Amino acid sequence: MKDTPLANCERDFLLKAIEEKKRLDGRQTYDYRKIKITFGTDYGCCFVDLGRTRVMAQVSCELVAPKENRPNEGIMFFNIELSPMASPAFEQGRQSELSVKLNRQLERCLRNSKCIDTESLCVVSGEKVWQIRVDVHMLNHDGNLMDAASIAAITALCHFRRPDVAIQGDEVTVFSPEERDPIPLSIYHMPISVSFSFFQQGTYLLVDPCEREERVMDGLLMIAMNKHREICSIQSSGGIMLLKDQVMRCSKIASVKVSEITELIGKALENDKKARKAGGRCGFAESIPQERITALKMEESPVEMMDVTERANDIVQKAEAPPQTVPSPVVPVPGVGQVGQGLQNTWGLEDDDEEEEEEEENGNRGEEQEGKASKMEKYEKEESRGGDVVEISDSEEEEVVILHPETSDKAPVNTGSRSSSHQKGAAKSKKK
Amino acid sequence: MVTESCFFRTAETHGSVSCVSPLFQSVKCQQQHVSGSPAVPMFSTLKDRVGEVLLPGDEFTCDTDDTISLTEHVKPEKVVCGPGLRRSGDRLVVCKSGVLRHKQPNVFWIDSQQRRYVPAKGETVIGIVTTKSGDVFKVDFGGSEQASLSYLAFEGATKRNRPNVQVGDLVFAQFSIANKDMEPELVCIDSSGRANGLGVFGGGGLLFRVSLGLVRRLLAPHSEVRSDLEQLFPCELVVGMNGRLWVRSSSVQQTLIIANLLQSCDTMTAPQRRELFRRVKQGVL
Repeated sequence: MKDTPLANCERDFLLKAIEEKKRLDGRQTYDYRKIKITFGTDYGCCFVDLGRTRVMAQVSCELVAPKENRPNEGIMFFNIELSPMASPAFEQGRQSELSVKLNRQLERCLRNSKCIDTESLCVVSGEKVWQIRVDVHMLNHDGNLMDAASIAAITALCHFRRPDVAIQGDEVTVFSPEERDPIPLSIYHMPISVSFSFFQQGTYLLVDPCEREERVMDGLLMIAMNKHREICSIQSSGGIMLLKDQVMRCSKIASVKVSEITELIGKALENDKKARKAGGRCGFAESIPQERITALKMEESPVEMMDVTERANDIVQKAEAPPQTVPSPVVPVPGVGQVGQGLQNTWGLEDDDEEEEEEEENGNRGEEQEGKASKMEKYEKEESRGGDVVEISDSEEEEVVILHPETSDKAPVNTGSRSSSHQKGAAKSKKK
Repeated sequence: MVTESCFFRTAETHGSVSCVSPLFQSVKCQQQHVSGSPAVPMFSTLKDRVGEVLLPGDEFTCDTDDTISLTEHVKPEKVVCGPGLRRSGDRLVVCKSGVLRHKQPNVFWIDSQQRRYVPAKGETVIGIVTTKSGDVFKVDFGGSEQASLSYLAFEGATKRNRPNVQVGDLVFAQFSIANKDMEPELVCIDSSGRANGLGVFGGGGLLFRVSLGLVRRLLAPHSEVRSDLEQLFPCELVVGMNGRLWVRSSSVQQTLIIANLLQSCDTMTAPQRRELFRRVKQGVL
């Protein structure tokens, strides 16, 4: 089936909006959409939500004969599936141009960067090595599939455990997970892809383009980087000429984004580990068979307001500083981590949330703080309760890590020191 | 405070949804009760269920008496079924999930919240012109196949005087043929040959999608959503029955606000919506 065509008026409007530094979903130019990382019941299964883009990665392993020229190295295999479920434009069973492009980019990002120790996957040199296969399935397409796929793939690899093996003479024994604990892969670093789209021949730059933005963009630059600020792959497509400055700027932005995302992945993995240790219900699959209808649920779309910054600043100056009561992430129940709620904004780039400012306009800051305080108390209670009794974790959002690009509680501080946080981000990147 | 309001919203929707499932059960028991009791006229059973949530597979039976009285004059009972209800033999089967609605004197239909559009004759939709081939345009309206739109079906168009329509333009058109076995056909004129609001449009506005339920709510006479929106700021709004909305306002910012508001209205209850609109109004003015 053909994709819905893009009307001329949509194209014109999008370009006009981008010129005015506005985006359809109220984001700023350098903002990512909300990233959510969920794990399946099995090891090596990971779901990543990037706004409405949704991707699943599943890692599996198999004992095979190694390649002749590399007798003591394991084999990595990457496969991207674009199912028609993600978008009606994707066809089943045929390798489209897009899927080949994504596949190659993922391979370059993860295999060629040597982020996984393939030599540790060798069982018997020249005879038996592990083949690690990463299947990435696109579940919903709303732009920026590459970033979602790269996050899902590397998280799934980090989450994956392969069975333990023992060698006695010529005999290789593979132990089931009951007999011996499975072994995680040894991963040196985590390359993460960050996409930049260019408009008007490179005049305008957006991070994390959504589907409609991808349709009107002139060029795309994908930078895969790890948190040590090493570029693992860089690819420009769409045929636009980029200046050296632009690429440097993109790589700086990418380094900030990558460190954020790496931190998020780390947190998600840690939460999952804790939940598994606690032995409660864990994983995405476990949260499904609940008799709940979720059809009426919808992510709230932020509404952008204009001319609120001045008024918000005014209010910020009058109001007292919000209480610094949240030094660390609040963990409501074991296995739940919420990044971006009640935390200091660490995105380091300018972001402000209009809805907050809008609420401040109402002048009910006091109420808000009270509400926040009581909510935190509740969280603390839950936390302590969760510490004592382990089984009550029947929350649906188990080991779901939500990353909000904007900080909810610290918005006034944020808006006030927007420029300074920007500088901070730049300074941080320079320091590194 | 996005996260919190989001949190509360989901909690509320969960609350309202979870009360659906007991309702579903009560639907079932009542169903057995209805089919068990003899000779219940269909009209009154339908009338009883107006406003309830029905699910595909629910049935209404029309049990007739075995004996027909000769002396009394029996008036045949007539019921008009709208979308979501289907006749199957002597039964009436629900084929969409939604709320049963009734209009005097005897019209019943299911009000559902779907997003897939199925064309119906006489409905006005927003389409995107995809190809110009010979004397017809192909128009994508979000259905299973594309509709054809003759270039003569515009106001004042003749063989010589062709309308100026480009590929990618938006048209507001009405279905003249909408038949499940045939290619649907659109026209941009009414029966007297006047445009009457139909035709090519769409400079400088934004097109977006909402559910068909919201579209019907917007188009209903004395629509609350519309009157709430009217109080915010002046805008032009084109509503297609296929779930596409087009909006244009004085600035890009305002257009985006309206688009985001309408998209979030889809899943909101009336008080939530009023609260949101109130906040937006205070924020802007």
